Amino acid sequence: MKRTEIAIIGAGPAGLSCAVEAARAGAKVTLLDENLKPGGQLFKQIHKFFGSREHQAGTRGFRIGEQLLKETEELGVEVLLNAAVYGIYEDKTLAYIKDGKDYALQADRIVIAAGASENALAFPGCTLPGVMGAGAAQTMINVHRVLPGKKILMVGSGNVGLIVSYQLMQAGADVVALIEAAPQIGGYGVHAAKIRRAGVPVYVSTTIKEVIGEEAVERVVITSLDEKWQPVPGTERTLEADTVCLAVGLSPLTELAWMAGCEFTFIPPLGGHVPIHDENMETTLPGIYVAGDITGVEEASSAMEEGRLAGVASAESLGYYDEETAKALKDEIWQRLNSLRTGPFGEGRFKAKIRQLQARRQLA
Amino acid sequence: MRIKHHPILDDDSRKCNASIIVDGKKVPAIEGEPIAAALLAAGIRKIRETSKYHKPRGIFCAIGRCTDCVMIVDGVPNVRTCVTPVRDGMVVRTQKGLGEWGEKP
Amino acid sequence: MMEKKGVLYQGFPSMEELEKSPGVPSKDRIRKGPVACIECVQEIPCNPCEEACPYGAIKVGKPITNLPVLDQDKCIGCGNCIAACPGLAIFVVNGAREKAQISFPYEYHPLPKRGDTVDCVDRSGKVVTSGRVLRVVKAPNYDHTAVITVEVDQAYIDVVRSIKRLEGSDDE
Repeated sequence: MKRTEIAIIGAGPAGLSCAVEAARAGAKVTLLDENLKPGGQLFKQIHKFFGSREHQAGTRGFRIGEQLLKETEELGVEVLLNAAVYGIYEDKTLAYIKDGKDYALQADRIVIAAGASENALAFPGCTLPGVMGAGAAQTMINVHRVLPGKKILMVGSGNVGLIVSYQLMQAGADVVALIEAAPQIGGYGVHAAKIRRAGVPVYVSTTIKEVIGEEAVERVVITSLDEKWQPVPGTERTLEADTVCLAVGLSPLTELAWMAGCEFTFIPPLGGHVPIHDENMETTLPGIYVAGDITGVEEASSAMEEGRLAGVASAESLGYYDEETAKALKDEIWQRLNSLRTGPFGEGRFKAKIRQLQARRQLA
Repeated sequence: MRIKHHPILDDDSRKCNASIIVDGKKVPAIEGEPIAAALLAAGIRKIRETSKYHKPRGIFCAIGRCTDCVMIVDGVPNVRTCVTPVRDGMVVRTQKGLGEWGEKP
Repeated sequence: MMEKKGVLYQGFPSMEELEKSPGVPSKDRIRKGPVACIECVQEIPCNPCEEACPYGAIKVGKPITNLPVLDQDKCIGCGNCIAACPGLAIFVVNGAREKAQISFPYEYHPLPKRGDTVDCVDRSGKVVTSGRVLRVVKAPNYDHTAVITVEVDQAYIDVVRSIKRLEGSDDE
């Protein structure tokens, strides 16, 4: 059977960063991803990232991704693409299907960095062609270079909704409106300001009532909400649109962690049921780690730091770093991670991650 | 519609070097791109029909997770078109319902 | 239904929020010559503007969620910070000449050309006046963020922050 020291499931920002750190420490690393290309959602991020210099602020997401990929190549990380991991067994054997064939991989340590997937929203007409996730539109325009439509209604004012609206306009589409059910905009004001300058109306306390069309989206009906989030009769408006993008949150893709037997806890701000982990990103199963959006939905910058943490910690546990060196590296990463989780937008996530760590201590 | 010029990304200089047959009609495509991308570029949005009420369905997640985009490709049903790369001459059909193995391409 | 003012409700800062921001220069300073106008009113962890300024005129410090503070006397309006801001929230305004000059980041295609007459918009995207394009700067370290300078009537110096997107061109 094929063997490796550290198997990382998912080659997105968390998985790539983890692979780089673990390989740098000297471990034998195998990185698996079910897609044909690595990078996860990182390569669709054509905007400049925030943070500080150490977070690579001011650099476009996809360039950070290219740099990470280059490092994995230079460090000799084994990358298996088109390799879907479908099982994790007690002795840390992974089962995966690659190019239609079944394989097993015996690992000493496993890092699950499977990310998260977009939520859906139910309303009449939600199944019509043209209704898609905002991330789906982003994939189509930035990775595949095709427009999914020309007149877009964006649902959701978190950073995903705001950023993808901007990127849809950069790709040549028009965003007829962005609607948000809550009474205020959820994402960064600077992202909202860019789309307002471009003439996109933003309606808070507004939701989608129905989408009309025969074979695809033709028109959308939006309605205002009162303080109890109930539709206000008589406030319906019809807008011409051919596409509806749903930016209504993400949920961690936790199947493999459940299956392996990791303990979970329920933390809504992180996206719901999330695997419990400690400061080393280790789950309740010794030798199995998690990193990135699977641990709680945040952003690419925090996914990369968590990936680095899991990489250092898993390499340390195999003896590639002594305790002192590992602690110094991990402290640096924790500092960078904590500075991302500050301010009115980051505080909530900081508190949520503390709850997750506390859940681990309670089980000890 | 294909995005040739983009303010951030390099110009897309790829040429349509392949074609696929979609429900009997030839559709230009780029070898290696996802089938769903070629369909969207050609303005085709309806991907399949539901079993009971024959309602149209299209792409939802575009990253191979939701299976809304499945079609019959070269006779094989339930193929996720958003993650399956185009090969010149591929035969693609709108899937009605759950599809059947051994369907003629 | 009255729309509530402010960045959380309208998606762009209100005049009150801007006046309170330590990154926005005084009217006097704007009349003296080009100066940066940092319309950053929310505490998010971000500080590339501080590093981008060659004159040390922008301070964020620690924690990096601090709002950037503009030293309007040190600032000469060089515009290096405009493309450095990931939020595209920094502008340079110059009220010293007969017409107002406003420099802003722009990431759409096609770009206007020097000398073009363009529709200029306010923070809500409404076309408020016509302007002339003085400069379009694309530098490698801007990484595809162009910086456009337009000339408009002085009355619009606190109002205009971008142009209406131009119709797409040569694609088939």
